[in-house]
Amino acid sequence: MTQTDTRVGSAAAGPTPGPARPFWTSRRRDQLAGYVFIAPQLLGSVVFVILPLILVLWYSLHEWNVLAGTFDFVGTDNYKALADDPNLGAVLRATGLFSVGLVVLNLGLALLLAVLLNQRLRGTIVFRTLFFSPVVVSLVAWTIVWGFLLQDNGGINGLLDTIGVDGPNWLRGEGTAMVSVIVVQVFKNVGLNMVLFLAALQGVPGELYEAAEVDGASRMRQFWRITVPLISPTILLTSIITVVGSLQVFAQISVLTQGGPGTSTTVLVYYLYQQAFQFHHFGYGATLSIVLFAIVLALTVLQWQMRKRWVFHES
Amino acid sequence: MSRDLSRRTKLVLYGVLLVLAIPFVFPTWWMVTSSLKPVADIFAFPPKLLPTNPRFDAYQRVFELQPFGQQYLNSLYIALVVTVGTMAVSALAGYAFARIRFRGQNVLFLVVLAGLLIPSEVTIVPLFQMFFKLGLVNTHWPLILVPIFGAPSVLATFIMRQFFISLPGELEEAARVDGLGRFATFWRIALPLSRPALGAVAIFTFLHSWNLYLEPIVFLSSPEKFTLPQALTQFVDAYGGPMWDVQMAAASMTALPVLVVFVIAQKQFVEGLAHTGLKG
Repeated sequence: MTQTDTRVGSAAAGPTPGPARPFWTSRRRDQLAGYVFIAPQLLGSVVFVILPLILVLWYSLHEWNVLAGTFDFVGTDNYKALADDPNLGAVLRATGLFSVGLVVLNLGLALLLAVLLNQRLRGTIVFRTLFFSPVVVSLVAWTIVWGFLLQDNGGINGLLDTIGVDGPNWLRGEGTAMVSVIVVQVFKNVGLNMVLFLAALQGVPGELYEAAEVDGASRMRQFWRITVPLISPTILLTSIITVVGSLQVFAQISVLTQGGPGTSTTVLVYYLYQQAFQFHHFGYGATLSIVLFAIVLALTVLQWQMRKRWVFHES
Repeated sequence: MSRDLSRRTKLVLYGVLLVLAIPFVFPTWWMVTSSLKPVADIFAFPPKLLPTNPRFDAYQRVFELQPFGQQYLNSLYIALVVTVGTMAVSALAGYAFARIRFRGQNVLFLVVLAGLLIPSEVTIVPLFQMFFKLGLVNTHWPLILVPIFGAPSVLATFIMRQFFISLPGELEEAARVDGLGRFATFWRIALPLSRPALGAVAIFTFLHSWNLYLEPIVFLSSPEKFTLPQALTQFVDAYGGPMWDVQMAAASMTALPVLVVFVIAQKQFVEGLAHTGLKG
C-alpha cells in the first residue's frame, strides 16, 4: 500500500523540477483512504437503498401490467386508487392495532422481566437464557410451532381443556387472530428489549434507592420516579426499534393467518406483497411502499421530537 | 434495584419467573416432542408432554419430500457469506466515519444512515425489478448482495462507528508515528480492539439472514434454491394441509443447532448485544 503511494507521488511530482512538495501528502493519502474505506457501503446504499427509493416513487406514478408488458405514466391515478381502496381502512387499522399491541406488550413485558432479573437472586442467568432463547430460534420455525399450538385441537386448547376451559379457534376468529399474531411475536423478540433494559437498570446507582428509602418512598414510587426517568433513553431507543420492526411484520402473518380471517390481520407489508407479487400490480404495490415509507418516517420524526420532552438525560 | 430479599419474597419471585418462562420454553419442547410422536398422538387428548415411543420417521420424510439438505446448505452458506461480508463492509465504513477526516464526511454519513429509515420492505418492488433485469431472479445473489451492501448493513456500520469513536486515539497515533499506513493501522490496531462490537454485528447479521423470509419468497422459485424458512412452509399434503410431524421435525432441525450454540455462548451473545451494539 505504502509502496504504491510512493510511486504515484513521485509520478505526480515528475514535471516540476527541484524538490517540489509531493502531491500525495499524508493528509491527502488519509483522505483517499477514507473514501476507499466507505466506498463499498456508500455505493451499496446508493444502489440498493437510495436508487430503489427513487424508483419506487417513479413506479407509483405508472400503471404497470407485467403480463401485457405495458408501463404507462398515469400521474396520480394510483394515489386516487389508494384513496378509493375499500381495503385501505382495514389494512391501516390492522397495521395500527398490531403495532400498538406489540409495542405496549413487548416493552411492558421486557421491563417486567428485566426488573425481575435485576433482583438479588440465584439463577437469574438461567432465566435470562430462557427468556432470550426464542430470539435465536428461526422466525419461521417459531411461528410454525405456534401455529401448531394454536390450532383448534392444538396444544394450547388441549392444555386449557385439562383445566376445563373451552378455548377458541385462535387463528380463525376475528379478534383472537390479531391477538395471537401479536403474542407470538412478543414472545419471539421480547428477550432483546429485556436485555437492553437489564443493562440500563444495572447502570442506575443503588444510592438513589437508598436515599429514597430513607425518605420513605414506596417501591412503586421509586420505580416511577427514579428507575423510569433514569432508563428513559433506553425506553426511547427500544420503542423506536420495536415500532419500526412492528411495521415490517410479514412472515408471522404469512405463516399464521395469510391476512385473515377476512382482512383482520392484513397489515401493510402483507397487503403490499399481495398486490405486487400475487396480483402483479407493481405500480400499486409501489404506491403502498410509499405509504409504508411515509409512516416510518413520520413515526421516527415524532419519536425524536418526544425525546426532547420526555427523556430525562442523555449519556 | 438489587437489594437483599426475604426468603418469602424470593420464593414468590421464583414462582413468577417459572410461570413466565412457560411460553418461552414450551413451544420448543412441544416442537421437539411432537416431531418424535406418531401422527395419531400429535393431537391426542389429554396432550402428551412426552412421546410414548419416540420415532424418527418424520425426520426421514423431511429429506424425502424436499431437497432439505441442499436447502440447509443454502441457508448456512448465505448466512455465513452475508455475515463475513457485512463485518468487512461495516468495519471499514464505521472506522472511516469515526476516525478519518475527509471532505463531505457528514453528508456522506447521512446518505448512508438513510438506510435506517428505509426498511427493505419499502424497496422490495424496485429491487425485484433490478434483479429481474439482470437475470438474477431465482439465484441467491439478491439475498447476498442486498444485506451486505444495502439497508441491513447500515445498522452494522452505525454500531461499528459508535464503537470506534469510543476508542482512545493514542494507540493509533503511536502506530502512525511508527509509519503504519491507514489500512495497517485499521487492520492491526483498531480491528482487534473492536472484537466485542464485531461479535455483536456478526450475531445480529447471521440471525437476520437466517430468518429472512420475504426476500426468499419473492426472489426464489425452485425448491433446490430455497432457504430454510421458505422450505419449512412447504411440508403440506395434497390438500394444502400442513404435515405437522414433518414440519416439526424440519423446524427442530432448523432451530436446535442455533439454540445449542446460543446456550454454549449465551454470555457473549447476551452481553455482546446489550453492551456494545445499541447503547450509542
